[in-house]
Amino acid sequence: MSEAGAAVKTPLYEEHVAAGGRMVEFAGFELPVQYKSLTEEHHAVRERAGLFDVSHMGEIAIRGPAALDFVQLVSCNDHQKMTVGRAQYTGIMYPEGTFVDDTLVHKMADDEYLLVVNAANRHKDVAYLSEVAAEIDDVEVIDLSGDYAQLAIQGPLAEEILQPLTPENLSELKYYRFIEGGVAGTAAIIARTGYTGEDGFELYVEPSAAPGLWRAILDRGQPHDLKPAGLGARDTLRFEAGMSLYGYDIDNTTTPLEASLGWIVKFKKGDYIGRDVLERQKEEGVERKLVGFEMYERGIARHGYPVLLKEDDAEPVSHVTSGTQSPTLGRALGMTYLPIEATEIGTEFFVQIRNRTAPARVVELPFYSRKKK
Amino acid sequence: MMSIPDELKYGRSHEWVKADGDAVVVGITHYAQDQLGEVVYVELPEVGNAFAVGDELGTLESVKAVSEFLAPVAGEVTEVNTRLEDEPNLVNDDPYGDGWLVKLRGSAESEELLDAAGYKEFLEQESA
Repeated sequence: MSEAGAAVKTPLYEEHVAAGGRMVEFAGFELPVQYKSLTEEHHAVRERAGLFDVSHMGEIAIRGPAALDFVQLVSCNDHQKMTVGRAQYTGIMYPEGTFVDDTLVHKMADDEYLLVVNAANRHKDVAYLSEVAAEIDDVEVIDLSGDYAQLAIQGPLAEEILQPLTPENLSELKYYRFIEGGVAGTAAIIARTGYTGEDGFELYVEPSAAPGLWRAILDRGQPHDLKPAGLGARDTLRFEAGMSLYGYDIDNTTTPLEASLGWIVKFKKGDYIGRDVLERQKEEGVERKLVGFEMYERGIARHGYPVLLKEDDAEPVSHVTSGTQSPTLGRALGMTYLPIEATEIGTEFFVQIRNRTAPARVVELPFYSRKKK
Repeated sequence: MMSIPDELKYGRSHEWVKADGDAVVVGITHYAQDQLGEVVYVELPEVGNAFAVGDELGTLESVKAVSEFLAPVAGEVTEVNTRLEDEPNLVNDDPYGDGWLVKLRGSAESEELLDAAGYKEFLEQESA
């Protein structure tokens, strides 16, 4: 972890400052929350393309003959059938069936997986994984975060903008697949993944190559009005797409089943950490679940605001995990955990906004899904 | 750069004040709206409520943040800018004009307020 007041600059720091980025500290890194306008950057990604510096994300390699067994042990998803060049979303589990972190697992080789983890959790993840690995022969946990800068180009025009910069045929690269190849003259992992709900690519390169790649993509994107986009737009985009943010929508007290992430919880695999808890929860049903909601009168629900089942309830039943005015949909939307009996679509409840309460109702997640080609 | 009209007075929490008969018009400065980002929601006080200097008059929300705006002078609310309900972006587009927030029965001749030169200096110190 960085010392207080000594946030780490990513290799793209100078690029952000030159582009007018409003720098903030996030998970120990200095990153732009926005450049000129959060909503313009948001719309650019939905309609055209945006370029993000996500170099703060952590990369952890799992290496050795027992790499697959190890990944299977700490993850609730099933990675048995992954082939080299595939990426899969999952949760790293505590014995309680709750999240250590959520992560993208990349199969680099039969004996190597690369986990891309949240910046704020990186050190905790490395410590936890190393502790588990200490009990197993033939596997190593290696923190490679310093070896990679990460750029994300996201939006419907991402492929068109990136293609001239690489000899790889991007149209053949399917969603949640990756290749190792050249981009703008530098070696990269080119993954068709993202955190915006749009098509796009995440590019992992050595830190010294990041500024050149950043400028090359911006240059190629200029005729398409590609915009550099900050953390603010990254958050509103992932929120609309119903993607969870660790520390907000999921954490060490929530299970993937409660977080409406049942699709990453597999039981047709061997034993894994947290399995018994998840299996019991699956059989008995969860007591609470993460839902999406809309505010249908005036007011915007924000992270941390109390949630009441009845307007005059003295005690909140939960808190808003994420909430904002959706730039794409133009409505105030949010996510929260509700008791299972209150999770049906249309169920009404209340959010306390400062000194008043405002009505809300449960709606489908995700709030936004892109039209598939 | 940031626009700071000479004819206005300024509070240290980035509100501007303009005399208007026996009332004052209050809004937020160009700098304040720029810091906040695009305003998507404005919560205004009720007409008839009285406020002391520094009381929270209402809130302005952008996509990313909530920000209170404070009473730069004491007074009773005589009018609020109801256009902001449907056009909160006026706060960004025209902070010193159509994006005004409230009118208070009070005086702009307060020692608490800064003139344009004083506010400019205050901004420079704050960002230093």
